Amino acid sequence: MGISVDPSEINRRQSQKLRYTFPLLSDPKAEVIRRYDVLHPGAGPKGADIARPAEFLIDSNGIVRWVNLTENIAVRARPEQVLNAFDQIAPAGQ
Amino acid sequence: MKRKWNWPIWVGFVLVLAGLFSYAFFAQFPITRDFPWANLLLFGIGALLLLVGLFQAFGRPRLYRGKIFGSIFTAITFVLFSFFTYEIFYVLRQVPPSVGAPRVGQKAPEFTLPDQNEKPVALADLLSPSKAVALIFYRGFW
Repeated sequence: MGISVDPSEINRRQSQKLRYTFPLLSDPKAEVIRRYDVLHPGAGPKGADIARPAEFLIDSNGIVRWVNLTENIAVRARPEQVLNAFDQIAPAGQ
Repeated sequence: MKRKWNWPIWVGFVLVLAGLFSYAFFAQFPITRDFPWANLLLFGIGALLLLVGLFQAFGRPRLYRGKIFGSIFTAITFVLFSFFTYEIFYVLRQVPPSVGAPRVGQKAPEFTLPDQNEKPVALADLLSPSKAVALIFYRGFW
């Protein structure tokens, strides 16, 4: 699922437009974003605090199994990287 | 004698502009976004043509036009290319270090946030039924 500072309203529109089947969560005060230490202060429109790109894979016990923290905003985890990480923790192909 | 139109200056400058403004287009595809080689290629070909045009304008001024426009376009190209490389190779890399982010093997911090339909979603809710959850923090749509 996705997390950003965008309000639910924008997430609803984006989710419908792009036909996402996973939830987009709204964290306008960046509380969870801070808890995960992935805040990018002042990087948003008009100097707003936003999330930096970051990807975590969490197993069924709530343990982090894979982390991707980019060093370049333009370079994100590719879908196959994330799927590969899923395969690593669930080799049975679930 | 009427001097010839110095086309490499104009075509070169158009390519330089294309190199800058096509960034939004090429940024859609990981292969041209991870490293902006397509933009740099356009800048490169544009600069080469500008150079050819300048040589013609200043080397054979009786044959070719373009001393003034060639100089102006070259100066603008320098500014645009500096801006582009500064943004791509410096600004985009100013990402916070996130040293406190959860690491592999650690427990992921619990949270509850509203989804796109304003329904509260807790991390724990998603963990139980499925095998694993991908948490994707992103900059937002703006």
